[in-house]
Amino acid sequence: MTIAAAVNENFANYSNYLIYSAMAVYTFAFLAHMAEWVFGSRSRVAITSAALTAPANAPAIKVVQRTGGTVTLERPKVITRSSTSDRGIADGPGAAGTDEDGDRYGRIAVSLTVLAFALHLGAVVCRGASVQRVPWGNMYEFSTTFGMVAVGLYLGLLAAKKKVRWIGLFLVTSVLLDLGLAVAVLYTDSDQLVPALHSYWLWIHVSCAIISGAVFYLAAVGTFLFLFRDYYEAALTAGRATNPTWANIMDRLPSAATLDKFAYRMNALVFPLYTFTVIAGSIWAQAAWGRYWGWDAKETWSFITWVAYACYLHARATAGWKGRKAAAVALVAFACFIFNYYGVNIFITGKHSYAGV
Amino acid sequence: MSTESGPKAARGAEERAADERAADERETGGGTDGDLGSAGAQLSTAPVEELGQVVPGSFGGVRAPGWRGTVGWTLRECSGWVRWMWRQLTSMRIALILLFLLSLAAIPGSLVPQTSVDEVKAQAWQDAHPTVTPLYRSLGLFHVYSSPWFSAIYILLFISLAGCILPRSWQFVGQLRSRPPAAPRNLTRLPAYATWRTGAGQEQVLGAAEKLMRGRRFRIHRVGSAVASEKGFLREAGNLMFHLALFGLLISFAVGSLWKGEGGKLIVEGGGFSNSLTQYDDFKPGTFYTADDLDPFGFSLDSFEATYARSGPQKGTPRTFRANIHYWLGADGKETKSSIEVNQPLEIGGETVYLIGHGYAPVVTVRDARGKVVYQGPTPFLPSDGSLTSRGVVKVADNYRNRAGGKDQLAFSGIFAPTMVIDNVQGPHSVFPALDRPALVLTAYHGDLGVDSGLPQNVYQLNDKKMKQFRGTNGQPLKAALAVGDVLQLPDGGGSITFDGVKTWASFQVSHQVGNGWALGSAVAAILGLIGSLFIQRRRVWIRATAGVDGVTVVELAGLGRSESAKIADELGDLAHRLLPDAPALPDRDPDAGRAGPDPDADPDPGAVRDAGTTTDPSEEPLLPDEGARA
Ligand code: HEM
Repeated sequence: MTIAAAVNENFANYSNYLIYSAMAVYTFAFLAHMAEWVFGSRSRVAITSAALTAPANAPAIKVVQRTGGTVTLERPKVITRSSTSDRGIADGPGAAGTDEDGDRYGRIAVSLTVLAFALHLGAVVCRGASVQRVPWGNMYEFSTTFGMVAVGLYLGLLAAKKKVRWIGLFLVTSVLLDLGLAVAVLYTDSDQLVPALHSYWLWIHVSCAIISGAVFYLAAVGTFLFLFRDYYEAALTAGRATNPTWANIMDRLPSAATLDKFAYRMNALVFPLYTFTVIAGSIWAQAAWGRYWGWDAKETWSFITWVAYACYLHARATAGWKGRKAAAVALVAFACFIFNYYGVNIFITGKHSYAGV
Repeated sequence: MSTESGPKAARGAEERAADERAADERETGGGTDGDLGSAGAQLSTAPVEELGQVVPGSFGGVRAPGWRGTVGWTLRECSGWVRWMWRQLTSMRIALILLFLLSLAAIPGSLVPQTSVDEVKAQAWQDAHPTVTPLYRSLGLFHVYSSPWFSAIYILLFISLAGCILPRSWQFVGQLRSRPPAAPRNLTRLPAYATWRTGAGQEQVLGAAEKLMRGRRFRIHRVGSAVASEKGFLREAGNLMFHLALFGLLISFAVGSLWKGEGGKLIVEGGGFSNSLTQYDDFKPGTFYTADDLDPFGFSLDSFEATYARSGPQKGTPRTFRANIHYWLGADGKETKSSIEVNQPLEIGGETVYLIGHGYAPVVTVRDARGKVVYQGPTPFLPSDGSLTSRGVVKVADNYRNRAGGKDQLAFSGIFAPTMVIDNVQGPHSVFPALDRPALVLTAYHGDLGVDSGLPQNVYQLNDKKMKQFRGTNGQPLKAALAVGDVLQLPDGGGSITFDGVKTWASFQVSHQVGNGWALGSAVAAILGLIGSLFIQRRRVWIRATAGVDGVTVVELAGLGRSESAKIADELGDLAHRLLPDAPALPDRDPDAGRAGPDPDADPDPGAVRDAGTTTDPSEEPLLPDEGARA
């Protein structure tokens, strides 16, 4: 074995250690999030609902003016009002409710997630360094990068002051599952690529696929919670009794309208990128196999996924399909994406059989 | 969807246009819900959902007595139904259902092997599942993507699309030429609203507003005391472009498959190929591609390089494949040296040559009973696994004479392995794809090969119906593993076969492609259109300046988007901010509100906050119609 190869081996080992450390820190973040939810349940969250209390969103128009001296105006206040589709129910306060301990644990969880993300990023970079290429040549590498990008996006949203801490618990849990699966089932030692993957389109196509997947994933979490919260709000507005434990959890989530909007924005944001992913894939297929579209299993499923997301976007614009039905379509579309990712690689042999499992 | 409320949504587009004109004329008149309706009308060209049930007799109306009445009624009824069906077909709901069906229909093709994707695999599957094969075949499950039902779905979808896009495009052109609708009377009812009082005159404020909005590239239209403005037409344009680009894609795809020419050719090292129909192993032309379209060129395979991982967990996986070739153009063109790799096809003339696969061709010499060489050369074997365990047949159809001097035909069928291992479970097979320990395991037949029957024969398979296997002295079928240089003697001095060596072969696909550029162009247009459609907001902003009795002017700003978004409020705030220098806000005339003190609305700014007041209580009227929480 040459010396260069030994160095690479080192990087590969670092990468593995880093992945395990990241998993450990994610586990602590998970526990902290659990503590946040548990402590949060101590606080009684009164659901603030315009629909249930007074219709209090009468437009109050304000001009802010400093006392004395010349009139310097702040940005004029803009009064907004929402449409009827949301029930006028305000967002819940988040997992911690109004509980201070809960909030502290929530912050700890986020800090731990940042640390875990740094380790995770390091692992992916080392993996890349060990093979001197982009680290997404097999399913192990896809899965680790995918989880990393999802966490990175979440932290990015938090950094941009978006109120998305409610995703934390669900995200950390699923990233742990993702990494567990990657390490236990999909693990492949660092190695070179088969000739069919020698192309800079690999870089473009796969990185776009991973980013699209991560954003679709965040949207799917939002959609999933939307469904629960929407049922809950519907029960609430109809005056039906709900289980108090359940109500306590649901009350702390953002309102159904907010969740729905979040999911839509994520999906709509990334749909053009996913479209580009599919197109980049066909350009690559053209170079590798002499045709840009040949209904190979992977191609077929990316087509199905794409059409399913188009369906979702259409459903949102079609009377009678908004809300839960559109949400169901979005979940089906995400299921197609996941099947294309795991199912096709593992169960169906086609030209894309480079899963390394 | 439009932002109209339920009952209005059922009205036709013409009526809404009329509404809009009426609103223009009325200027600031009226104070009903209808106002907002026209202000919000035509923010999109999406088809309006039809409400209401149709039943037989819905369209015929009153049937006059007599046969004329019956005929008239029937005609009205029929044309009514035809129009109704067309509207259904072009509605969003049906588009949605067709899209859903399309994705469902694509699934079976990924589960059942498709003839068009991999003929060999599809055939193998059919052989392995004899019971369901006839059923599947009649359902078209082996060629899903050209089956009648799959075609029906996408054709209907595209008809629906055309029926949706054409009226929308044209409606959109109309919108481009029309002016933004006048301000609704009650601006406070809009999703985003801001107001203040100023000492500037009404004209000055409106003039500044016009300038501001024009500078922000809004289309503006002043009606009375308000400036109406609108922006974001690119959204609609993008949406239309996207859907039109889908047509572009479909057409390019169709053209591509009708005019394409595609053929496969297997070449053994040292061999060559010239582009004519007879030279191809298989040729799949599109409907409109003819032999005349073949460009004159040729190439020869000088050598094929393959390297494999020698160690590590992925031992045996390929690392490089390269076919070194010489090619020439025209009948007697100059030869040029080049190479073809997996992701690097070579363009020669108007055709593209792809490297598709590779394998080994054992070189053998067959002698007959007289010792005469009756067959010599490489015979390509087909790989059946990743380590290139390969199967094939050496067929000797002519010249062979047996011991008695009679004519006969021979076949040697067997397995070639580049790195041979023989174990009891798997039999002879290869453990590594490179030529480390090449060996050939053969068994021999004689009799009638069936090649004269006129039926096409697979060169890699043996039809042994009319052939007899040679048996060894022990009565068992004759079978031997040969290393390079070994000779297998046929029983009773019937001749011999010598394993001389191994050559590598490579298979190429020669493609003549049309419409690729168009497909790419359409795809790019689709993405650009999507970006416009999803990221651009179509919105209207109204700025009104009303002269008050006390010499001050009340400025009001309101914004309405096709879909609700926080951005509209931000933008409105920004606009208000920019308008302030031209319309400076006045301190309050209400003595109470001028005092410093805690803000009743908990405004963090330690300033005086005052309520400019609202004219209506919004709770008495329905909120904005259902728009969904689209961002
Ligand atoms: C060929 C299949 C089709 C695909 C892949 C497709 C895809 C899409 C996508 C991705 C959008 C999202 C853009 C947005 O939300 O603004 C969209 C919007 C839209 N599509 Fe399609 N579409 C198809 C067929 C149709 C058909 C047949 C119709 C006619 C009924 C139609 C009418 C519309 C309309 C009106 C919108 C705009 C909705 C809105 O403004 O929110 N589409 N389409």
